[in-house]
Amino acid sequence: MHLSRRRFLHRSALASATLLTAPMILRHSALGADNPILIGSLHDQSGPIAASGVPMVHALQLAADEINAAGGLIGRPVKIVHYDTQSNIQMYSQYAQQLALKDKVAVVHGGITSASREAVRPTFDRFKVLYFYNVLYEGGVCDRNTFCTGTTPAQTVEKLVPAAMKKAGKKVYIIAADYNYGQITAKWMTKYVKDNGGEVASIDFFPLDVTNFGPTISKIQAAKPDLILSALVGGNHTAFYRQWTSAGMKGQIPIASTTFGLVNEPTTLDAAESENILGAYGYFEELDTPASKSFVEKIKKAHPDTPYISELAAATYEGAQLWAEGVRKAGSIDRAKVVDALESGLSFAGPTGTATLDHATHHTTRNAFLAEVKDRKWSVLESFPDVKPLDTASVCDLVKNPADNKQYVISF
Amino acid sequence: MDIYIIVALDVINGTASLFLLCLGLAIIFGMMKIINLAHGEFIMLGAYATVISANAGVNIWIAMLVVAPLFVGLVGLVVERCLIRFLYGRLVDSMLATWGLSLLIIGIVTTIFGNTIQGVPTPLGGFSIGAYRSSYYTLFLLAMAIIMMALVYAVMRYTRFGLIARATMQNPAMANTLGVNPARVYMTTFAAGAAITGLAGGLLAPVSGVTPVMGGAYVAKAFITVVGGGAAILSGTLSAATLFGAINQIGAYLTTPVYGEVIVFTSAIILIRLLPQGISGRFFKGNL
Repeated sequence: MHLSRRRFLHRSALASATLLTAPMILRHSALGADNPILIGSLHDQSGPIAASGVPMVHALQLAADEINAAGGLIGRPVKIVHYDTQSNIQMYSQYAQQLALKDKVAVVHGGITSASREAVRPTFDRFKVLYFYNVLYEGGVCDRNTFCTGTTPAQTVEKLVPAAMKKAGKKVYIIAADYNYGQITAKWMTKYVKDNGGEVASIDFFPLDVTNFGPTISKIQAAKPDLILSALVGGNHTAFYRQWTSAGMKGQIPIASTTFGLVNEPTTLDAAESENILGAYGYFEELDTPASKSFVEKIKKAHPDTPYISELAAATYEGAQLWAEGVRKAGSIDRAKVVDALESGLSFAGPTGTATLDHATHHTTRNAFLAEVKDRKWSVLESFPDVKPLDTASVCDLVKNPADNKQYVISF
Repeated sequence: MDIYIIVALDVINGTASLFLLCLGLAIIFGMMKIINLAHGEFIMLGAYATVISANAGVNIWIAMLVVAPLFVGLVGLVVERCLIRFLYGRLVDSMLATWGLSLLIIGIVTTIFGNTIQGVPTPLGGFSIGAYRSSYYTLFLLAMAIIMMALVYAVMRYTRFGLIARATMQNPAMANTLGVNPARVYMTTFAAGAAITGLAGGLLAPVSGVTPVMGGAYVAKAFITVVGGGAAILSGTLSAATLFGAINQIGAYLTTPVYGEVIVFTSAIILIRLLPQGISGRFFKGNL
């Protein structure tokens, strides 16, 4: 067969036109009704923070499975697009862009440390992807595109400090991790200590790779406080509790913490090392309610090797469910419509009790619990129903200033 | 007054731990010129060997003093045979290869044991000095550092193996012509260095949180100590560990742990600027 040059050009043009349009047809069908709604997940599955991230992914998966078992959302199943951020802030930025631009997800749940949240939040703002941060943190994020479902200091630290001071005394020594979470939480601790008529003997910050707490333990002894408040984070900092006990200080000065036991410290430390440490969170695995028990059971059944299931996992599950409620109410995955629906005071009854989204702050009003380590388990002492995120509410009002977008830091 | 004794114990603790952490590296880096970036992971493996065996019912002292060094020594042997022996004399290549190795070890341990924090309780108790308290474990670490120092000195100075090892490190070709097999000496030395590092990891397990990534907290300090110490294994490591251990602990006590770290790294930079050959290059020439 003879092909003239003109005909050949014509045919190639046709062929390439077909090739070019083909992806559009494919993409069009990808928007079809039967195709899944994509949920982005950015959680550390490896590296130092992975012990926190693993149960969170399991909880997110559980929420997705339940949504699908109930027939999906607006007639479509949901599907998780997960990236392991490897405890590396650079990976957060990279995968956040990928989720927004390549995967085009409807929502992203993720971020564990405050540093990782602040790394990805601008990306999701810029590319207009709804973002859920489901971790207890230092409070103050005021951003219409972001929902923070974990507890903030006004919900937990405010309960923890007076309870601990009542038991121990007024002179407090604060030790905290040296990054934004520890720095800001230490400010809140200082505030609540002063509010309750106490004094702060000293505040020490520790880089995350500090393993030797000898000099600090000596300093604490020299300062003779009645109580230690700890916001230490991660595996290296666990060494503090060990070295404290081995110096024979355990039982001499009580410890209350805003971070202890979020991972699996009570089970890995010896009973003598963790006994009587006080903590306050939005959730404890030991919580004795039917909803909590069935939540733990479901996760453990699907993933028998899940580490301790703390507020991180519970709030992730509830965050995903709250988002699903928003989509149901909006009848769409359009970001603006879902945000409007979420702002209408939606609530979800989950393992922690009822969590209600607050329009003004995009935080949740939720239950808080005070607990004490007894024989390597948390024993829940007291519950505080429907605690409001008052810290953030005092600085953030998205009803009045919907365009506000920053993290407020407490100042004295 | 009591507080000075307590701070002195802190300094002893810091120095002894640093010395134990660096000794294996000093042997591998100081003698063989292999930059072992997997040093932190050898420490981590030692800690894991201790925690896993202690939790399985092995006596904690046996787990620390026998299981950890034996296991990591074995790992070192395999690593030397499969990886390091191809890289002698290639400084940069050895860095890259051992860095990859460290990532591999972290990955394997994470896969097997997960990312959770592990640990064993600290044996021995505490004691009081006036109104202050400290732990017997500090004194035990000091004793272990002294024993290891004596042991390495004795092996290097008085045994036939020590003589051959030192000769091989100084001039492998000459040693070879005298009937020594350098490959075997290298292998044994590397395994010994790994075993000592494993022992350090085992000894630190009861006072730290044991995770797959714990090695990262130690490797930088170990390197500045060994480089600051210079070529002589024992005198260099000991002097540098004493210097940096004391600076770190006293700095952290007087200021905050953040500045404690900054002061150590700053003084390391100044030290290496003033003494490019390390402390031992200037003051302990020709010593072990």
